[in-house]
Amino acid sequence: MTIDMSMLEWARGQFAMTALFHFFFVPFTLGMSFVVAFFETIYVKTGKEEWKNITQFWQLIFGINFALGLSTGIIHEFEFGTNWSTYSWVVGDLFGAPLAVEGIIAFFMEATFAAISFFGWKRVSKGVHLASTWLLAIGSNLSALWILIANGFMQHPSNEFGRFSIENSRLEMTDFWALIVQPVAQVKFLHVVSAGYTLASIFVLGISSYYLLRKKHVEFAKKSAAVAAAFGLVASIFVAVIGDEHAYEVANTQPTKIAAMEGLYVGEKGAPIVAFGFPKNLPATQVTSNDEAFGFKIEIPNLLSILGKHSSDAYVPGLKDLIEGNPEYGIWPLKKLAQIGAEARADLKAYHEAKAKGDTAAMEAAKKDFYSVIWTGPNGLKLTKADLIGYGFFANANVNPDLVHPPVPPVFYSFHIMVGLGFWFILLFIWAWLAVVNGSLENNALLQKLAAVTVPLPWVATSFGWMTAEIGRQPWTVFGVLPTAESVTPIALTNVQATFFMFLTAFVILGIAELKILFAVVKHGPKGAH
Amino acid sequence: MTWAPITVDATHFYLQVYFWIIVAVLGGLFILMTLVQGGQSLYHVAKDELEERAVTNSLGRKWELTFTTLVLFGGALYAAFPLFYSVSFGGAYWVWMLILFGFVLQAVSYEYMNKEGNVIGKGAYKLFLYFNGIVTMILIGAAVGTFFTGSNFTYDPVSRILEWGTAKDGINLRGLEAAIDFGHGAWFNIAFGVLLFAIARILGGLWLINDIDNNEFPELIERIRKTLKMCFGILLVALLIVLYGLITMKGYAYDIHDPKGTVHLEAGKYLHNLLSFGAIPLIVFLLGLVLFVLGVFKSVFGTSTKGIWFSGLGAVLIGIIVFVIAGLFGTPFYPSYADLQSSLTIQNASGSKYTLEVMAWVSVAVPFVLGYIIWVWYQMKKNGPITKEEILDPESHAY
Repeated sequence: MTIDMSMLEWARGQFAMTALFHFFFVPFTLGMSFVVAFFETIYVKTGKEEWKNITQFWQLIFGINFALGLSTGIIHEFEFGTNWSTYSWVVGDLFGAPLAVEGIIAFFMEATFAAISFFGWKRVSKGVHLASTWLLAIGSNLSALWILIANGFMQHPSNEFGRFSIENSRLEMTDFWALIVQPVAQVKFLHVVSAGYTLASIFVLGISSYYLLRKKHVEFAKKSAAVAAAFGLVASIFVAVIGDEHAYEVANTQPTKIAAMEGLYVGEKGAPIVAFGFPKNLPATQVTSNDEAFGFKIEIPNLLSILGKHSSDAYVPGLKDLIEGNPEYGIWPLKKLAQIGAEARADLKAYHEAKAKGDTAAMEAAKKDFYSVIWTGPNGLKLTKADLIGYGFFANANVNPDLVHPPVPPVFYSFHIMVGLGFWFILLFIWAWLAVVNGSLENNALLQKLAAVTVPLPWVATSFGWMTAEIGRQPWTVFGVLPTAESVTPIALTNVQATFFMFLTAFVILGIAELKILFAVVKHGPKGAH
Repeated sequence: MTWAPITVDATHFYLQVYFWIIVAVLGGLFILMTLVQGGQSLYHVAKDELEERAVTNSLGRKWELTFTTLVLFGGALYAAFPLFYSVSFGGAYWVWMLILFGFVLQAVSYEYMNKEGNVIGKGAYKLFLYFNGIVTMILIGAAVGTFFTGSNFTYDPVSRILEWGTAKDGINLRGLEAAIDFGHGAWFNIAFGVLLFAIARILGGLWLINDIDNNEFPELIERIRKTLKMCFGILLVALLIVLYGLITMKGYAYDIHDPKGTVHLEAGKYLHNLLSFGAIPLIVFLLGLVLFVLGVFKSVFGTSTKGIWFSGLGAVLIGIIVFVIAGLFGTPFYPSYADLQSSLTIQNASGSKYTLEVMAWVSVAVPFVLGYIIWVWYQMKKNGPITKEEILDPESHAY
């Protein structure tokens, strides 16, 4: 199959646009649904009307956001089919299951109880209403769990839960429970939801600070900020802690991604982390030292080895090692992986040719070779040729090896901006929490100003976090198994361009409308909100 | 090309049948929930601000359920029949993209249309709701029509080469040809689209009659009844065309025991399917039709507000049978007229046996989910229909 690269880039662009636009709303929903539930719980516990007003104001803002999040989500689901039809066929057996579970377990809970939570204030009892608000929050977060299980599989398609079927020429699920509890997905889930809680907390803290600066709705703002500061402090610290665990999983399952995240071209023992720097986009095979790969950098020695391998002098491979191989550390060169992948593809072809002829002996021979073990890990995990079938796509001698790892600068910058902002959020919440505890928040104009200007920053952080994960996985849709170039729908470029601009226009208009409505609601404040 | 069905044993086959029935039930429930889209196509009958807001608030509390049913319909197809997801969505690209576009526009319209700062004005959001209520419904109906008339594709699942349409003969419409290629049943697809639109509009009208206080909005309710009477006429014409097509057209067929799954054309195939299993599909279909018409007579030609429950149940039953006869009894549910052997059947398009087993366990949750949806629906309705007071109450989160 020949792939039109420009069409591929447009298809990727369209999917990235949808994902990023969708991801403006998702973390807000994940966090805000719980924030609203906290406020309503306090209202039900205390019975004070002021807490009901607080709940309804933040719920109104939540509702404005909820609609656009839901609508962009449906495009996302169906774009897997429209833009990535080959992907859908090859991984549908594994990828479709969590999506269906997400629909049945999470989306219905979310949509059904949203109706009571938004519209049922006078139609149901207080208890039923509160329970509905909590179920809405739980449903939202459950949906994140299932989609991140699906995404975790794309990052690390372990043969512990799936295998490439030679009979049906696709990946098939072998262990659903193993798919659910895969560590990559679980840490990703916790990282994403806690980032959502941080984002929502900053939003509430920031808007409350804006009111305090303006000396408007002071009691409302102080109460809202107190809850946001407490929730945000816990959430932002948790994001960092689980983020460290996430980096450990990435280091051990996607070595090209961790190398790109840190601009590590040449592998090192006791590898450092670049706290700040400007990496160059160089062909990895031509780099001889990591110093030449940066215009400027400030390093923290050994930290990458500690975070990625939990040992200060552990070896972390660089992009050059992952292309050329490094026998000292048992790293296979890309050429070897591509050769094994090509053999797996040859087996697949031979199997189906033999099947067409009714030659069962040849079928069995091809199958045996396809599933032959090529490596056994220290923990007993066995790799077969079938597990590397994706690398066969890069077996052609003319393939540029630097296209078989992610580009360094965008992944490096995305990751570092996310991490830098994450640390700022922790500092902000520590400060805000102390100010709440000692009662100085109302008069601390500097803190109020900083909290207000921080409001857009968690969106920047979560978007860059998502870009780190997705650009860092390239050139694969399913790491090592299915290249992005093979996943795309074979369709003329003009169709993708036309729908790209169709959705871009809608997103821009609806995005501006959302912001303007939000600004109007915030400007009116809690009393004029409805 | 011909390829052997993925099915290798009886259990796998029964799971495939089970999941097609699940898809059929979800399809039927989706048709019921298109009452939201149908209601949107009735905005013009509201003559003042308050009547419009009554319509908006009645439909705006249900749109998420329609949306979610569609998402689950997609998810179930993805998990159980991934080859359909790949071929239809990737192939009939423009049909699905336009359908999606209609839903995106709809989702925000309720929340934004009556709010300050919505940039493009209330009229634009109403237009979006019309687009979703009319164009999207016709497109979905026509897409379901191709389950019977077929589509223009070839597919090889081993080499994974999908070819759709005939680009060499001109512009490749990527699915939209279903509405203009009269040699391959465009008249049937269009009639199916109009039929779905008419069903949705009638369900929408019946829902509004039920959900809005008849005493406070008597003129609005009367105008809805008048519009539905005309729509019922359109429905009857479209239904007759669709039934004529179903009974007379040559259907796609294969033998479920054939190891190669060879597809051929069979005269009266869909009539045969209706008469299969002791004519149970036909009986259920007729029961659905009777219930649907009964609901219309109760609330459109009569003064009852309960018609939606009869017509709604009728629509679900009709929807289920449409999908049942499209995919069961040795029928390729997504046929190709370009290459009969590329047609998708529940056996060659399905997920693996293991995945279907897992999903069968997950499907145990369906009655539970349906249960709490019905409970919530009851909770929200037990205090009576939507009143002027509720719409104007600042605490009701009214749209």
